[in-house]
Amino acid sequence: MSLIESLPRVRSLRLPRADGLIQWIVPLAIIFIWQAACVTGFVPARVLPAPSDVALAGWKLLLSGELARNIWVSFWRASVGFVIGGGIGFAFGLMNGLSQLSNKLTDTTLQMVRNIPHLALIPLVILWFGIDESAKLFLVALGVFFPIYLNTLHGIRTVDPQLIEMGRIYGMTDGELFRRVIFPGALPSIFVGVRFALGIMWLTLIVAETIAASSGLGYMAMQAREFMLIDVVVLSILIYALLGKLADSAARVLERLTLSWHPAFQKH
Amino acid sequence: MQEALRFLSPDAEPVDRAEFIEQARSTRRGSEVWSRGLPLTIRGLRKSFGDNEVLRGIDLHIPAGQFVAVVGRSGCGKSTLLRLIAGLETIDAGTISFSEQARPEDVRVMFQEPRLLPWARVLSNVEVGLGRDRASSDAQMRAEKALTEVGLDDKRGQWPAVLSGGQKQRVALARALVSNPRVLAFDEPLGALDALTRISMQRLLERVWHDQAFTAILVTHDVSEAVALADRVLVIEDGRIAHDINVDIPRPRQRGSAELAALEGSILRGLLQSADDTSDL
Repeated sequence: MSLIESLPRVRSLRLPRADGLIQWIVPLAIIFIWQAACVTGFVPARVLPAPSDVALAGWKLLLSGELARNIWVSFWRASVGFVIGGGIGFAFGLMNGLSQLSNKLTDTTLQMVRNIPHLALIPLVILWFGIDESAKLFLVALGVFFPIYLNTLHGIRTVDPQLIEMGRIYGMTDGELFRRVIFPGALPSIFVGVRFALGIMWLTLIVAETIAASSGLGYMAMQAREFMLIDVVVLSILIYALLGKLADSAARVLERLTLSWHPAFQKH
Repeated sequence: MQEALRFLSPDAEPVDRAEFIEQARSTRRGSEVWSRGLPLTIRGLRKSFGDNEVLRGIDLHIPAGQFVAVVGRSGCGKSTLLRLIAGLETIDAGTISFSEQARPEDVRVMFQEPRLLPWARVLSNVEVGLGRDRASSDAQMRAEKALTEVGLDDKRGQWPAVLSGGQKQRVALARALVSNPRVLAFDEPLGALDALTRISMQRLLERVWHDQAFTAILVTHDVSEAVALADRVLVIEDGRIAHDINVDIPRPRQRGSAELAALEGSILRGLLQSADDTSDL
């Protein structure tokens, strides 16, 4: 009884402090060992600069405003591409999940396109768009489309038919049935898609910016390689890691907020 | 039908029997002669799924406010009968008619699974039962009243996931009751519950039926549950009503009493015997 009563409190947004610390122990330990290895000369600086050197490079770039500008450009590309690709994927997932006709019409085509690695389109995309913004947005949108499409479709298909029958018995209109039964039922699966898509979003963007760009984090790393600035290269990689983690955390918070009914989110 | 009645008393006429039950119920309820329930008439009802004819001509009249239990072996068509009454399947042949025009809110079903929306709190799950009245201003008040009726008013803000099986089924009952239905159909509502929870749920069902005076149709495989709750037990065999038995034991009924046990035994014997007959074929 006391366990049940304590659940609503545990479920609230407050992030457990101890858990928040535990997950950072391993990254911090890695940085510490890395610093030690560089300072002692175990790892030569031209192979891997010390974390302190990377931090220093970051500080310099921050002061010049270059870092913030490049991060902003990459962030903008990632989010706009995500919204476009995710939006279209979600729309197709809904249509094909709810309508047999739409599913028959488009699913086979989409499954065929899905099997093309979207990064293989880079040469074509450069020919189409040059190294313009639209090239990056196109690639990110394409990469993000499939995980969201597939998981939205799967989520809608697997909504308990008994609940749908119940909704019909109690006189729900199609709109109500979607809003109160189908969409909430599909939401956990949609979130799985979103988190997959976030990973693909960064991957695509890094590759696209490294190959064809004149700004952004990937471009910054490639420029640094030209001038043998290995600390800046490592810095860009670390920033990618951090941004990826940030996006994933944002998705988790959103998940917690919208899926608070789910037993999986009530136990911790 | 004729053969059915011979099962208990060979002389009685079916219609007389139904009238008798209505009179008996009226007297039992003292001043309350009028029942909110809808009477139900079924004529020549048939239903097949593919080549399999599940119901082969059902003729049945259920007077207003009667509590009817439908028993039979699995696959005999009892659940199909209930789903047809509730309008969940299309009728192949025959008619099901209520004495007057029934609104969708007048006929409610309760299933073996609670079928609660896991993402809606208990109170909103009950509000779902209001049907078209969901948007009305007194929706929340009515839902709270229905929850109180099943004894779960303190759980109104909980998620269904934290409730026990019996509590979930009580929420489902509140959802079915909240629109004040005039016919309530139960499809093995207690089948998934443990023995003790079952008994307290049976008492709850009997109480709400008595208080709200709806027509109740209970499909169950548990003969003791059927005789404990119902005014009348229908035994379905091979898609037909094989026996139509009046349960004339006054309420409140003593569970495990000799009278109930004797009736239960005779129904079970009938079921087992016909099972043996078919296996001989």
